Parts: sequence; structure tokens; C-alpha cells
Amino acid sequence: MNERPEGCALVTGASRGIGAAIAHGLAEDGWSVGVNYRKDSEGAEQVVGEIETAGGSAVALQADVCEPGAADELFAALEERFGPVLVLVNNAGMRADSLASQLKDDDWDRVLGTNLSAPFRTTRRALSGMTRARFGRIVNIGSIVGQKANPGQANYAASKAGLIAFTSTVAAEVARRSVTVNSVAPGLVETELTEGIGDEILRAVPARRAGTPEEIAACVRFLASDGASYVNGTTLTVDGGLTA
Amino acid sequence: MATANKDQIQERLTEVLEGFGADREAITREADWESLDVDSLDLVELAQIVEEEYGVEMKEEHMKEMKTVGDAVDFVAERTES
Repeated sequence: MNERPEGCALVTGASRGIGAAIAHGLAEDGWSVGVNYRKDSEGAEQVVGEIETAGGSAVALQADVCEPGAADELFAALEERFGPVLVLVNNAGMRADSLASQLKDDDWDRVLGTNLSAPFRTTRRALSGMTRARFGRIVNIGSIVGQKANPGQANYAASKAGLIAFTSTVAAEVARRSVTVNSVAPGLVETELTEGIGDEILRAVPARRAGTPEEIAACVRFLASDGASYVNGTTLTVDGGLTA
Repeated sequence: MATANKDQIQERLTEVLEGFGADREAITREADWESLDVDSLDLVELAQIVEEEYGVEMKEEHMKEMKTVGDAVDFVAERTES
């Protein structure tokens, strides 16, 4: 088991919701954190401010992860500021729901681009540094929709299922270098992304409530920790028992 | 770009391969990757190091042609000769 070297963490889509909770959690665990955002600079600055007030270090980084050059920009900025990126959390995600028969090409492409292609590019950029450091933690935020059908989300489901398969494949490629690649698949969580999802689903959750961003972040923190050094290629489902 | 002779290149590549876990005694010009337990991820890392240190780009198609330590040494040497 390799000891944790000096470096930092990057969380995409970290200006609010689950991403913000993950950024806070990793900062509490001693990581300097890159708080990536696309549009919500106010939210990202607030997250950075809160982390700094608590004694941690963080920087807000604007980039649309869908842009092919975004990964390079983000990593270069972080490497200069805090050193190598040793924890990558691919959290940025989007929905554009519609029944498959009505789904527009653009909504298919945007969702796959954000939820699957972007994590591929950040992961590709992260791996050379992590393999050379003989330490790395990549956590991809999936969804239970990647495993269990939810009508109206064919694009979202395909992207998340793809992300889970991507996770396990890359894990097998790099495990020998003490780099782990795992995913966390949240169920219903209280965020803006899940606003408007009805009470009917809540009744189907054995826990009878939605999860909180902090409950998802706790699992990401574990997967990023030294304690999870032998957990690789897996998906941790965090759904209050919904898919149990 | 650095210039280096074959012995220097072989010595550097030997160090790198040792870092991957290969047995120094087994690292000869004739040794192939399989016998050294050097996998494709090791070769990607070797290519990164070669590019950084010698300015020589080792692409996937080149690596497919390289079967032995000697092949890699020759590849780098040919491209760093001034």
C-alpha cells in the first residue's frame, strides 16, 4: 500500500449540490481542491471561501468540461497551484429528459458529452501523472439509473451505464500502479438536478427519504482515502435501498 | 534534445525497467517484454519518459514493432543521433 504523496484533488461541477459537498469533504481530509464550475462562479467562490475559512485550500476553476481542451486547462492550472492531481472526481453531469421516441439528437449528444465523454478526457489526462506517482484515486459519479430503468432518461441512463463500464475497465488497466478507479451511484438525492422528481419515487425508497449530498460525499471520501486502496473497479450504490 | 550513445540509453532504460519491477540481471538487449513482465501500461510509461528525457516520440505503432530492450534502445538512439 503506497503512502499518499503530495498533490491535490479536482472535483468537476463542484459549485453546488453533490459536487460542492465532495469538495468540502476532500478539503476536510486534507486535500487542496480545485472547484470546477461552468457558470455558477458565485457558488464556486462560496465553496472556496467556506473551505478556506475552515482552514483548507481551494481554488475555483471555470471550464465547461464538454470542451475538448477543458481537461488540459484544468489540470495545468491545478498542477501549477497545488501540484499533481491525485484525486479526480468526475461529478459534473446533466439531464435532458424525454421519451426515447421524442429524444432530440442534441439532447442525446449533450448528455453523453457531459456525463461520459468529459469524464473520459479528464481521466485520460489524470492517468499519466497518477501512474507515475504510483498513487491515484478516480471516482466517477454514476447513477442508479445506469442499472435500473427510469423511463424518460434513456440518454442519461446510457451515459451513466457507460460511465460505470468505463470505470471498471480503466481500473483493470491501472490497478497495478496503485491507482484506483471506482464509481458511486446515487439514488434520489436532494439537489437541483433531482428537483421535480415526484413523491411517488420517494415512496419507493425503503429509507422513505431522499439522500443528502453529504451522504454521497462520505462515500467519495472513503473511496479517495488510503483505507480504500484495495477497492478498485467497483460501483458503490448509495440509494437508501431503492435498488435492493 | 539530448544526445546519448547506445550504452547510455540502455543504462537509462534499464533503470526505468527496473523501476517497473524487472530483474536487473534479466534486462539484456535480447530480453523481450514478456520475459521481463513488462506490460502495455509499462510501455506507455516508458514512452512518456523517453519523450520527456530524449524528446523522442514513441507512438503506439512504434511500440508494437518493439519486442525487445534492444529494439527500444535502437529506436531512441536512431532518433537522437546528431
